[in-house]
Amino acid sequence: MTSYLIKRARILGGEPTDLLLEDGVVSRVGQDLAAEGAEVVDADGLVALPGLVDLHTHLREPGREDAETVETGTRAAALGGFTAVHAMANTEPVADTAGVVEQVWRLGREAGHCDVFPVGAVTVGLQGERLAELGAMADSAARVRVFSDDGKCVSDAVLMRRALEYVKAFDGVVAQHAQEPRLTEDAQMNEGELSGRLGLRGWPAVAEEAIIARDCLLAAHVGSRLHICHVSTAGSVEIVRWAKSKGWDVTAEACPHHLILTDDLAATYDPIYKVNPPLRSAADVEALRAGLADGTIDIVATDHAPHPLEDKDCEWQAAAFGMLGLETALSIVQETMVEPGLLDWAGVAERLSYAPARIGRLEGHGRPLAEGEPANVVLYDPAVRREVDPAGLASLSRNTPYAGRELPGQVVATFLRGRPTVLDGKLA
Amino acid sequence: MNRHLLSTGDLSRDDAELILATAEELRSLADRPIKKLPALRGRTVVNLFFEDSTRTRISFEAAAKRLSADVINFSAKGSSLSKGESLKDTALTLEAMGADAVVVRHWASGAPHLLAHSAWVRSSVVNAGDGTHEHPTQALLDAFTLWRHLGSLDGRRVAIVGDILHSRVARSNALLLRTLGAEVTLVAPPTLLPVGVEGWDADTSYDLDSVLPKTDAVMMLRVQRERMNDAFFPTQREYSRRYGLDARRMGMLPEHTLVMHPGPMIRGMEITADVADSDRSVIVEQVTNGVAVRMAVLYLLLSGNESDTGRTPTTGTLQAGAPTTDLDGAAE
Repeated sequence: MTSYLIKRARILGGEPTDLLLEDGVVSRVGQDLAAEGAEVVDADGLVALPGLVDLHTHLREPGREDAETVETGTRAAALGGFTAVHAMANTEPVADTAGVVEQVWRLGREAGHCDVFPVGAVTVGLQGERLAELGAMADSAARVRVFSDDGKCVSDAVLMRRALEYVKAFDGVVAQHAQEPRLTEDAQMNEGELSGRLGLRGWPAVAEEAIIARDCLLAAHVGSRLHICHVSTAGSVEIVRWAKSKGWDVTAEACPHHLILTDDLAATYDPIYKVNPPLRSAADVEALRAGLADGTIDIVATDHAPHPLEDKDCEWQAAAFGMLGLETALSIVQETMVEPGLLDWAGVAERLSYAPARIGRLEGHGRPLAEGEPANVVLYDPAVRREVDPAGLASLSRNTPYAGRELPGQVVATFLRGRPTVLDGKLA
Repeated sequence: MNRHLLSTGDLSRDDAELILATAEELRSLADRPIKKLPALRGRTVVNLFFEDSTRTRISFEAAAKRLSADVINFSAKGSSLSKGESLKDTALTLEAMGADAVVVRHWASGAPHLLAHSAWVRSSVVNAGDGTHEHPTQALLDAFTLWRHLGSLDGRRVAIVGDILHSRVARSNALLLRTLGAEVTLVAPPTLLPVGVEGWDADTSYDLDSVLPKTDAVMMLRVQRERMNDAFFPTQREYSRRYGLDARRMGMLPEHTLVMHPGPMIRGMEITADVADSDRSVIVEQVTNGVAVRMAVLYLLLSGNESDTGRTPTTGTLQAGAPTTDLDGAAE
């Protein structure tokens, strides 16, 4: 296996340092390293981060291979600096059995662009009626630890309580898509003055916050760990902050788009901005950034949600929810968190690598760039600026909300256990 | 004025007054033996209806035909659940047929906006009612009716009563009446007022009786009985008692106050039959005015936009008494 000698990378934004990647691990870290036969990667000016871990990705396979496949989705992930993604369970068939999660896991291994960790459905068919065989999925080759009905809320309080309790047996976590279904029937956008003006049915913040509050209380009551998917409102941040102040084992994620985009974009009636949960107000965006900065929100997760063109090239009400995220996430975090001084690169490593790996109980990911650690490395150039071109994305779908927008930063290289998946900004 | 009519919020006061003045000229046509002008001869107007509305379609059809336009009615019924042909493919078809104006009624809020801002069609787009968003020509005909009876709307007080939350008529009227200087009060149970309505440039009230004595016009909106199944109000009887316009309430109105309704009415629900048929009611006149206002809109949108569509204009012009102001089709 080829060794790689990375020269003058700024580890977590620090002083230029060399790293030697050999046999899947970071074998040496230091100044002016030399290694015979190693391929040299000039990383002058580049920031080195541990391989990013996404806790929330939709790879769409099996079932919607017209939107994304494990192959194309993990290519996008690698180009975005990810070495591990969690594939959400809302596929067709639903990933609610050991068979389906093992299939997705195997497809990820075959693709080889990043590790794929399937998320298991909490309930059979995401129907919210009966628990799926969580234990079988945990014991399968895919070793599932994250369970979610994402796309749908586990709204039944008893079922949610049981799921929280049950996954304790294998140190699992339930990742809740917090959306009270009755309050959001046919809801289209954030409920506020604009939804009233536009005649688009409102999606009130309380529909998210009520479920989060309930589930924090449930998790505390049964002593389980709970993860909250895509927190989108200031009120949700407050509730999570309160739950954490009690010492409860609650973690939360924010999506890049909720850190930068606001609900006024719905006035275009362009469904490229239609997402679940919906884009919220500028005050919510500020609260999310503050929560991510102070650790109330533990991680950034992409909620990468590919859709074929025809599902977005239509009336807002008829369009699918969701937007792409893998290939732009790090740039959005740079623009919204790093550049305003809310997070340094060490903080970025924590929010996009260490913490999501801890929540997912991943062993070979989310480790520091130190000798003896797995050689999962991203080299990132924060100085360049690029215009997002949907046609240039590796994802099979094109539904990025950032088309034509200039974003800072570019992933130059990604290494998965010492093997480059991306070099010179292109798939290796 | 834009080359589309999507929202009354896009109309300046000058735009709105020009439409009303033009409608007044065109309305006189209804009294002539030959009710037809050659103004839009050779132009094609497509009525694209994704939702049934016989009244609105007939009104637009009559308006276009009285201006000598060719009219194509295209019914493309479909719901978000049972989608037929997509809006995009329908639009491309119309474009290929050479439509100069597309009058679109759609169940989805924003569909006309999408059509106008897409690259799918080059024609003018007229919103004939979209979801729970807007219905600009209804508001224009309401304003026209008020203007004919009351003169200037400056300082006039108009109450809009009923299901504000789901009403495209209410949205378009609230915007247009303010532009024309009127004061608007939205009257509804709290459940049928949208969140954030305090940001609209209008007063709100839950109490119809307190509003009636100081209003120059009261506009009753249709309230679907099914709303009570979603707990917007307990029963039809309670709704009628609190928000319906009956003879007792009509007695509280000043002498000159007009009673309006965009139709179709549910007699006995939001308005009693005796009120609807009373001499205060201008409900039938609203229908007549609808044709004149839609003629004015089509005329003003189509008579100046040949440079935008790249299509050959006809030489037809309005006859004697027509407004001399011609709108150019300046880009938005």
